[in-house]
Amino acid sequence: MFRLLASTGITSLLIFYCFGEVSAQDAQPSDDEVNTIAKQLYCPVCENVPLDVCGTKACAQWRDDISDKLADGWNEEQIKQYFSDRYGIRVLAHPPTQGFNMLFWLLPPVSIIIAWFLVLRTNHNIFRKKHMYKQPITKQVRAEEYIGQLENDLEQWR
Amino acid sequence: MAMTQTTLRNTSPKLDKERIPRMFWGKLFVWGLFTALMLLLGIKLYQTTLGPVSRGTAPDFTLTTFGGDSYTLSDHKGQLIVINFWASWCGPCELEADALEQAWRQYRNHGVMFLGINYVDTENEALAYLKKWGVTYPNGPDIRTSISQDYRIKGVPETYIIAQDGTIAGTVIGPIEYNNLTSALDLLLNQ
Repeated sequence: MFRLLASTGITSLLIFYCFGEVSAQDAQPSDDEVNTIAKQLYCPVCENVPLDVCGTKACAQWRDDISDKLADGWNEEQIKQYFSDRYGIRVLAHPPTQGFNMLFWLLPPVSIIIAWFLVLRTNHNIFRKKHMYKQPITKQVRAEEYIGQLENDLEQWR
Repeated sequence: MAMTQTTLRNTSPKLDKERIPRMFWGKLFVWGLFTALMLLLGIKLYQTTLGPVSRGTAPDFTLTTFGGDSYTLSDHKGQLIVINFWASWCGPCELEADALEQAWRQYRNHGVMFLGINYVDTENEALAYLKKWGVTYPNGPDIRTSISQDYRIKGVPETYIIAQDGTIAGTVIGPIEYNNLTSALDLLLNQ
């Protein structure tokens, strides 16, 4: 009887301990989970420093806020939307590609394409100019040399 | 010699009639784009070099407080208004918290309005800060940092005193002292 009571008690304690552990882990998200979202956000106070590595008190509060929201069951998109709505889209590492923001996404590739176009066009023009003016003159010089050589040969032959 | 002339004669008309107009519009487009980009960058750079708003009409805004009340600056024209930007993570803000609250209690019956604008803060910490310092004047978050951007604040705390005609009468960068604030308010109230 004593053994039965003891084994039941121990088993109950183990079950309680295990479930206790699991529920505690579920309630508090890990640092990695928080940082996965934090690295996609930038606090306006510390510009150009992602939230996950920012050391200021303001950033620490934001990370705590993310942690609280994850614990409340919010997903990544909901949290990013919340921060964007509250602090503006400038806190997002990747602002939405719409409206005026589209400019920031389009400008770099368009600039590169235009730059390449200009380089190719300039090279093409340089090549054309060389082809237009230099080649005929070279040919002409060669022709004159050839005619001169021919005339010399004819003179000698005569 | 004849060969050279033939080559030039064959290419020159094409160059003049087709390529030059195309080159002109292409260059115009590229230079236009470049100029627009430089102009945009110039405007942005100019704006960053400007300090906080210190003269002229105060930028209008609507502040929704933590309690849900709404305050629009232009609705309070004719009233002296003190606008204070603060944050719970800001150490220097704590140096002026009590002075602001004391000034508010002293001048609220003289028609002076105090508005606290909470900059880049989390709500729980902001509310805890207000409770800690016993702040009773209206306070609310700066949603999307639009108000702070309009006032071009460089940090917190910053305080703006808006005269009865809606113009900025004073700007204080850093913690404001009780005596300085009350002197400024007395001066404006007696005008």
